[in-house]
Parts: sequence; C-alpha cells; structure tokens
Amino acid sequence: MSVTSSRSSPVPLPRHRGCPFDPPEEYAGLREEGRATPLAFPDGKAGWLLTRYEDVQALLADERFSADRRRASSPVRSLPIREDDSRRVGSFLGMDPPEHTRYRRLLARWFTVRRIRGLLPDIEEIVTSRLDAMERGGPPADLVAAFARPVPSLVICQLLGVPYEDRADFQRWTFTLFGIDREEAELFAARDALWEYMRELVAAKRRRPDDALLSGLVHGADTAADADAPLTDDELTGVGLLLLVAGHETTANMLGLGTYALLSHPGQAALVRERPELADHAVEELLRYLTIAQFGTIRTAREDVGIAGVRVRAGETVVGSLAAANRDPSHFTGPDDLDVTRDAGQHLAFGHGMHQCLGQHLARMEMRTAFPALLRRFPALRLAVPPDQVPLRDDMLVYGVHRLPVTWDR
Amino acid sequence: MRVRVDRDRCRGAGRCVLAAPEVFDQSEDDGLVVVVDDRPPPALHERARLAARLCPNGVIATVDSATLDEDGRGTG
Ligand code: HEM
Ligand code: SF4
Repeated sequence: MSVTSSRSSPVPLPRHRGCPFDPPEEYAGLREEGRATPLAFPDGKAGWLLTRYEDVQALLADERFSADRRRASSPVRSLPIREDDSRRVGSFLGMDPPEHTRYRRLLARWFTVRRIRGLLPDIEEIVTSRLDAMERGGPPADLVAAFARPVPSLVICQLLGVPYEDRADFQRWTFTLFGIDREEAELFAARDALWEYMRELVAAKRRRPDDALLSGLVHGADTAADADAPLTDDELTGVGLLLLVAGHETTANMLGLGTYALLSHPGQAALVRERPELADHAVEELLRYLTIAQFGTIRTAREDVGIAGVRVRAGETVVGSLAAANRDPSHFTGPDDLDVTRDAGQHLAFGHGMHQCLGQHLARMEMRTAFPALLRRFPALRLAVPPDQVPLRDDMLVYGVHRLPVTWDR
Repeated sequence: MRVRVDRDRCRGAGRCVLAAPEVFDQSEDDGLVVVVDDRPPPALHERARLAARLCPNGVIATVDSATLDEDGRGTG
C-alpha cells in the first residue's frame, strides 16, 4: 500500500448536481484520480473522502472506525451532536458497540424478513387507498403529497403505534431536522419538539399498551434479550424518535424521486409496469442509481488507520460516499445507466457493516408494492411541468424531490 | 458444503434470508440468523455463497466439502 505523507489542498464535499439523478459530476473525476481525497469540513478541520466501492465498503466494515458523531466533523451543516447532549440517548445510528449492539438486538426481531412480509397486506391496502384518493382528486396531483409521503408515513405510524393524525406536527419537525445550512436554534427546537412528542407517547404506551412496536418495547421484558437490560423511558424516546424520522424521510424520497426517474426513462417504466417479476430488481436498481443518502456515511478513526492508500490519523473524519460507490464502474457495468433488469443487489444504498439499515426490508416491501401499483393505475402518468421546474432536495440530508407535479388521462 | 455462522457478529440485517431462504432464517426471539440447513444440497450452493457475500457483517462462512477434514472443520 502506498502511503501519502503530503496531501494536496483539501476540497469541500461536492454538492452541485448537473443531472437530477446523478451524483455531483466531480465524483467521477475524484474516483479516477485517487482513492482518498483530502476533504475540507465546514468546521475548518480536514479529513478524507472515499469514492470507490471497495474502499467505502472497507470503511464501513472496519471497526477501527467509529460512528459516534460527537467526535466527527460533518461535511454539511446539520444538527451538531454535543458531548453533554442528554437527548442523544437511543440514537444508535451514531453509537458504537457495545451500546449499538444492545439497541440493535432489541430491535432486530421487529424487522426480520418474515415479520416485514407479514405487513404486506397492510401495505397493499394503504397503497390502494392512496391511489384511490389520488384518482378521485385529480388530475393533476403532486405525487409527493398524494402518494410518496403518505404511504410510508401510514406504514411507519402503524408499525410503531404513532397516531397518524399527529403527522402535521412531526412531519414539519422532521423536515426541519433534515435540512442543511439551517440555524442551530431552529434545528434544536425541532429536535426538542420531536423529543417531547415522543416522550409523551412513550408515557401513553405505559398507561395503555397496544400491539405495536413502541408499546412492545415499553412493556418488552418478554424475551431474554429484553430482560437483560430493559430500556429506560429516555432510551425508548430516542429509539422511537430515530425510527419515526428514519421511516419518514427515506422511503418517501425513494418513491418521489424514483417515480421522477421512471417517468424520465419511459422504457424502464414500461418494464416495471408490465413485468411484475422485475419488481425486486427494479427496486434494488433504483436504490443504487438514486442513492438518496446523498452525503454518505461519516466515520472517525479511533486510531491511526491505513485505508484506501492513505494513513488516516486518529480523530480524523472519513466520509464514505455511498452515491459515488454505487456508480463505480469497476463494480457496476454501465453504472450511469438506469437498468431495472440488472442485478444490483450488492449496492451500498443501505450502507454496510453493523449499521446497515435496520428498516431495509420494510423499505423494499413498500417500494416493490408501490411502484408497480402506481404505474398500473396510471399508465399514462407524466410530468405536469417542464423537468427543470421539479424542486430538488439538494438542500436536505436525504435527497429526493420536494414536489412532483404529475398528470394523467382520465 | 458446510454452512457456519458467527452469531455474535450478526445484526439481523436479513440479507441472508432474502438470498437463500432454504438455508437461513431469523429467530423470532432476537431477529438474528439461524441456519436451517447447514449442509445444503448442491442446487443451493450458489445462493448460500451469495448470502455470504451479501451479509454486511461477514457472519457467514461456506466451506466446500473437499476442504473439510474428518471433524467437518475447514482447512482453508
Ligand atoms: C429507501 C429507504 C432507506 C434508505 C436508502 C436508508 C438508508 C440507510 C443508510 C445508508 C443507513 C446507514 C447509515 C450509516 O451507516 O451511517 C441506514 C441506517 C438506518 N436506517 Fe435506513 N434507510 C431507508 C429506510 C429506512 C426505514 C423505512 C427505516 C425505519 C424503520 C430505517 C431505519 C434505519 C435505522 C434505525 C438505521 C440505523 C441502523 C444502525 O445504526 O444500526 N431506514 N439507513
Ligand atoms: S445477513 Fe448477516 S447480519 Fe444479516 S441476518 Fe444474515 S447473518 Fe445476520
């Protein structure tokens, strides 16, 4: 391995997109030029950017790197994670073992392939009823408001046991929390509002148990794993908050942006509409092609580590770009083509290693139900505005479209 | 072929169950991997290997019978 001792001057994370479906153009050049790019963070520190598939995968599998965000620099301005923040508990996305292991083990049984398959009838019913409502109300329609946002929201609310009637509040707070370059005070206010909402909900589940996930965790000393160390109400609040926001801001954006991508590639849309057996491949390919976790994964080195041909110093932050890795030509043939017939199953859109997405099967199940059903219900679905008027979420942690005006034939 | 898993490393991502449901399942109790067939028939070997590749935590090892010693332990 060649170890670079002097680095060229660090660059900020590329953010400008030429095409709405492609990652910023700079990534291709960076991936060609060198394996690790010196990165300049908004906090003034320097670290590294990895863009090749094998390097990003190696980063996420390497336990010498920590996911604890208290020590990390962030490549974009978002909610700062402070050392003394008492409301960090339960947010295991930013924790290392053994803390992370404890949470993940308490939750894994709620997200197994079998359990999520059991939700299929509910998901189908939700999709059908949203399509009915969209058909009654249009054309035209904003696909995000009519379909892409409500479907995952209804599903996660039902799974967790969160009242869907409260959505106006928690969707607004979540939206703020996922914005970048916002005022710190605004971010903390949104987080605290979500926190207090969830804390109250946990208390309500203590008083009145039900069959859903939150209540199950609250009352959950029924298995060996839970009996070890039951979660406190603060921990339950943090877990509930993470699941609620993760369940909202992710699949919704895949549905919105995925529909936009399919409408822009009519041949691919026709395949999804007419060949149900392609649904699984299509979902994986859309996940790969669009990689909505647009600013990648963030890790810090616990010790000096050699990776991707450089020596990362202890404490330095490394950004693994999932979007760049998923377009790496040494791993995917014709990576910049959307091809729903390919087997893209090894993409990194859900991450890799111990933090690989807990909700991935739920997201898959929602998408494989929603895309074909939407395209079959409205075979002539098309954009109702010129493409350059679709507002893109390049100002959010999770990429997608803010709105997608569509129309169809009656 | 023998299939082995290191349950301590498993985080219940379930990629294995999607890739080879005849070989892997997830426990109802903790969501972690359970091997349902640790000597899968040849028709399933390819998918068992795929599961090993897809597992994000390197939990799964598939050892071809040719490289097994008498105790069934891999030599490679
Ligand atoms: C298409 C939709 C989704 C995408 C693209 C996605 C993407 C990701 C990614 C990339 C990570 C890893 C982050 C890292 O390593 O730093 C992750 C983790 C996570 N996701 Fe998702 N996700 C999606 C849907 C969901 C849903 C529906 C849920 C809800 C239940 C969810 C819950 C989580 C949780 C709890 C984690 C943290 C896991 C851990 O730290 O062990 N995700 N997701
Ligand atoms: S894919 Fe790996 S981590 Fe996921 S359940 Fe199977 S063995 Fe466990």
